[in-house]
Amino acid sequence: MTAFICLSVLIALIFGIAGNNTEAVSDALLSSPQSAVELTIKLLGAMAFWGGVMKVAEKSGLVNKLSKLSAPLLKRLFRGIDENGEAFGAIVMNITANLMGLGNAATPLGLKAITALAKEENAKDSATRNMITLVVLNTASIQFLPTTVATLRQAHGSVNPMEILPSVLFTSAVALAVGLSLVFLLDKSKRGSERIK
Amino acid sequence: MTSYILPVIVTGIFLYAALKKVNVFETFMNGALENIKTSFDILPALVILMTCIGVLNASGAVNAITEFISPAVEILGFPPQCIPLALLRPMSGSGALAAFESVLSQNGADSFVGRVASVIMGSTETTFYTVAVYYGATKTKNIRHTIVCALAADVTGFIVACTAVRLFL
Repeated sequence: MTAFICLSVLIALIFGIAGNNTEAVSDALLSSPQSAVELTIKLLGAMAFWGGVMKVAEKSGLVNKLSKLSAPLLKRLFRGIDENGEAFGAIVMNITANLMGLGNAATPLGLKAITALAKEENAKDSATRNMITLVVLNTASIQFLPTTVATLRQAHGSVNPMEILPSVLFTSAVALAVGLSLVFLLDKSKRGSERIK
Repeated sequence: MTSYILPVIVTGIFLYAALKKVNVFETFMNGALENIKTSFDILPALVILMTCIGVLNASGAVNAITEFISPAVEILGFPPQCIPLALLRPMSGSGALAAFESVLSQNGADSFVGRVASVIMGSTETTFYTVAVYYGATKTKNIRHTIVCALAADVTGFIVACTAVRLFL
């Protein structure tokens, strides 16, 4: 991040001088921090609302119910995993939390899952295929409701902010399928829990 | 059709929770407060990253980079206005949010460009950050093909987003 920050101000300065644009750069320095605050405020209500709704869903046991539905599917993806182990339990909860957009809950569950997985599969310095599968699942967006995106779309005058939902779900599914297929295709171990030296 | 989804889900969750004897009001407030705190937690990052993107935009540098890359991505049907968003997406969540906001304000939410940006934003995640946090927790040194797979998924998302918008919208 430090490199990105230093490079962007330097590049902006060089381009500003070269293009005789320094006035615009100076204006941007003064106004952009305010835009960040405005963006946060713009999203704050929706963030709070959906955080509240999803917390209610979690408390009511809906997340656990969804977990039971996703467990059989995940069992096929994480081959060689101990189904009753700590790692698999945490993986199921992590994926379900991601589906529901519970970002605050998903990350600690995911970290618990990967540390338990590394221990169960004796991973040492090298990632097992199951660990890679878990990370790729978390770098893909599997959130069912893109509420932040919809909120910003509405703020920018969209007639139907949620119209993007079918496209989002389709795109997520294809992207995830490509990512996960590559996890298996590029893997040299036979079982997911095997370690590569 | 899509306008039914949110009201139905919210009503369903609240009624189900009430049936399960959950204190909906109190639980809601806890969850809401948690997310309000998160929003302010990321504000410092948003301030510096939006300023970086702001000065890059104002200096003309973003235009230059976009013009340089656009011939290559236009073949794939990818709108050049979304290049900054695609470049930032895997690196920084706040940075991508800032780029997304700037696409929407310059092109409108219901334009083709605005819709593609929305789909990209909704169907991809902050890859490098997630990889760093997860393997940081396990102290894994050899992460093998993780980055290749995760970035392939991101690039697939960028390209499919354009196709999906053309197909469904």
